[in-house]
Amino acid sequence: MNVLYSIFVDPFMQMAQAPDLLVQTLWEGLVGGMLYALIALGFVLIFKASGVFNFAQGIMVVFAALTLVGIYDLLTKWGVPAGVTAAYLALAVSLAVMFGLAVAVERVMLRPLVNQPDIILFMATFGLTYFLIGFGEFVFGGNPKRMIAGELSLPSGAIDFKMAGGFVSLQKIDIAAVLIVSVMVAGLSFFFQRTRIGRALRAVADSHKAALSVGISLEQIWVVVWFAAGVVALATGIMWGARSEVSFSLQIISFKALPVLILGGFTSIPGAIVGGLIIGIGEKLGEFYWGPLLGSGIESWLAYVIALLFLLFRPQGLFGEKIIERI
Amino acid sequence: MFYREAGQFKTSYVDDQAIFPIRQDRIGLAVILAIAFIGVPLFGSEFFISAIMVPLLVFSLAAIGLNILTGYTGLLSLGTGGFMGVGAFACYKLTTIFPDVNIIVWILVSGFFASGIGILFGLPSLRIKGFYLAVATLSAQFFLDWAFVRIPWLVNDNTSGAIEVPMRTLFGIPVTGPTAQPEVRYLVVLSVVAFLTLIASNLVHGRIGRSWMAVRDMDLAAELIGIRLYRAKLLAFAVSSYYCGVAGALMVFLWYGSAEPAVFGIDQSFFILFMVIIGGLGSLVGSFFGAALIYGMPIIIKSFVSLFGLQIAPATVEHVTFMTVGGLIVLFLIIEPAGLARLWQIGKQKLRVWPFPY
Repeated sequence: MNVLYSIFVDPFMQMAQAPDLLVQTLWEGLVGGMLYALIALGFVLIFKASGVFNFAQGIMVVFAALTLVGIYDLLTKWGVPAGVTAAYLALAVSLAVMFGLAVAVERVMLRPLVNQPDIILFMATFGLTYFLIGFGEFVFGGNPKRMIAGELSLPSGAIDFKMAGGFVSLQKIDIAAVLIVSVMVAGLSFFFQRTRIGRALRAVADSHKAALSVGISLEQIWVVVWFAAGVVALATGIMWGARSEVSFSLQIISFKALPVLILGGFTSIPGAIVGGLIIGIGEKLGEFYWGPLLGSGIESWLAYVIALLFLLFRPQGLFGEKIIERI
Repeated sequence: MFYREAGQFKTSYVDDQAIFPIRQDRIGLAVILAIAFIGVPLFGSEFFISAIMVPLLVFSLAAIGLNILTGYTGLLSLGTGGFMGVGAFACYKLTTIFPDVNIIVWILVSGFFASGIGILFGLPSLRIKGFYLAVATLSAQFFLDWAFVRIPWLVNDNTSGAIEVPMRTLFGIPVTGPTAQPEVRYLVVLSVVAFLTLIASNLVHGRIGRSWMAVRDMDLAAELIGIRLYRAKLLAFAVSSYYCGVAGALMVFLWYGSAEPAVFGIDQSFFILFMVIIGGLGSLVGSFFGAALIYGMPIIIKSFVSLFGLQIAPATVEHVTFMTVGGLIVLFLIIEPAGLARLWQIGKQKLRVWPFPY
């Protein structure tokens, strides 16, 4: 009886008694969810457009962020005055590096593996992950670095407002993150749904062979989509880096994004957002109100359990394309 | 010329169904087994036996387990590390609760606990497949990781939170624990792996294996020809987890000696998936090749560095190792996506027709 009470009644009592804490938890869940969604978006982009489950997305985030910080350091060392100019110059160079990475991946890895089974391409992205880990540490060193958030004119500090006897504190960087993610998602959805190249991307995802036969250039498409994923990775790296610091341990956030993916569907951009929000909020609420019952640390698998429960009812995810099977 | 089955007639069904129908294969296998059982313990150095051969066999067994699931049944799983952990912890609990029962028995029994957990986490496979399933099996990995750390009962409330392998004997000779000789541990691991490989070989060549492969090739069609999908898939999960569990128990009891939960992490799962894919999906011999390559590659790279006497910081060596391993994985996939097992087959075919090109 006691157990049932502490599972089904007590958490809700706590929520009702301290609405400010509830709102704070919800907000943190929302921000976390947006950031998960951003990582998931990187996966979705590549999966939607090439059928490749890109395991390297997590390390790409770290790599992009490290490149940005590293180039900024280099520029200031060369005499460019530290500040906004150097930061945006570094951002431009990092974008160029991500483009170079996209071209290199297409040339070296994807082109020889055209029309191979999915699992082989999946495996190849593992190889890429290992390579990028080694390469990144080789070039930038393994020490954590500070993200140049202030120099990129991202706001810092917090807004507090009073509520029901307490107060809720919103970090300005979180508000900026939510805005940036929303804009990026809107832009990418438009790109996929309404532009010529977006349609070509979806054709490639359906079948490499068929897309080739109607005159779509696989090479071009792959570079475009890996570059887009690189841009998303850079944005993710800036946001996550600004919240803590840039280090290789950031790559595990890609595991956080996987339940978001299966929840939202591998092929749906809005799905990534909604999935991210459900997971983010569910995780924070679960950890805060139900976590003490099971011992801490349930965050690591709670998201997966939520996603699995959804999957039992909708095997293709919330927004995934309906699975049609033929013989 | 050297490898030709001309003149070897099969006069009965038994001959025809043999695992190795060609005489040269049987001779080759006998030679390999003789070297493994007699040559290695007699002439191998202690380092070679305990740091190369034992890990290699353990990983081969785990790779066979994953291969049954991913290679033969087509269900991608990323929970291997977790299932290995279940085997290891089950074996530890069993042998501390019933210390008088032979440790070999417990190693083999602990696999069944892994099976049970495997079936539980295999249930989503009835509804979902492909990468969705891979992510679903990740939930097993993360949940088990968490459980190994958070439930102190699993390690008998050890303050270190690690498995401390107790000393156990077989015919009066220590097999596990700090006093066990590497040769003894090696022979035990080898016997278990050889025995389980034989079973696996029989399984995949028989009715069950054929139903698994039918499910892999097209599950809808398999269902139409009367294969019960849920039975085939869950059986694959059970058998695969059994092998992984036994491999985990062997790893802790006969290789590490003591183990923290961290060794059953997500990295271990990926490591074994590498072995399966590089070795060849759907091939038992490929599992051995893959384990040898993936486990051996960093060792070879490191010994190369020391061979040339290069003065490089250890951190740099590690980074270069990472880069090389990553590059080689991509390279292998490009050269032969079907894995080393396919190269092995091509080699055998070439030998068969030699000196003619075809």
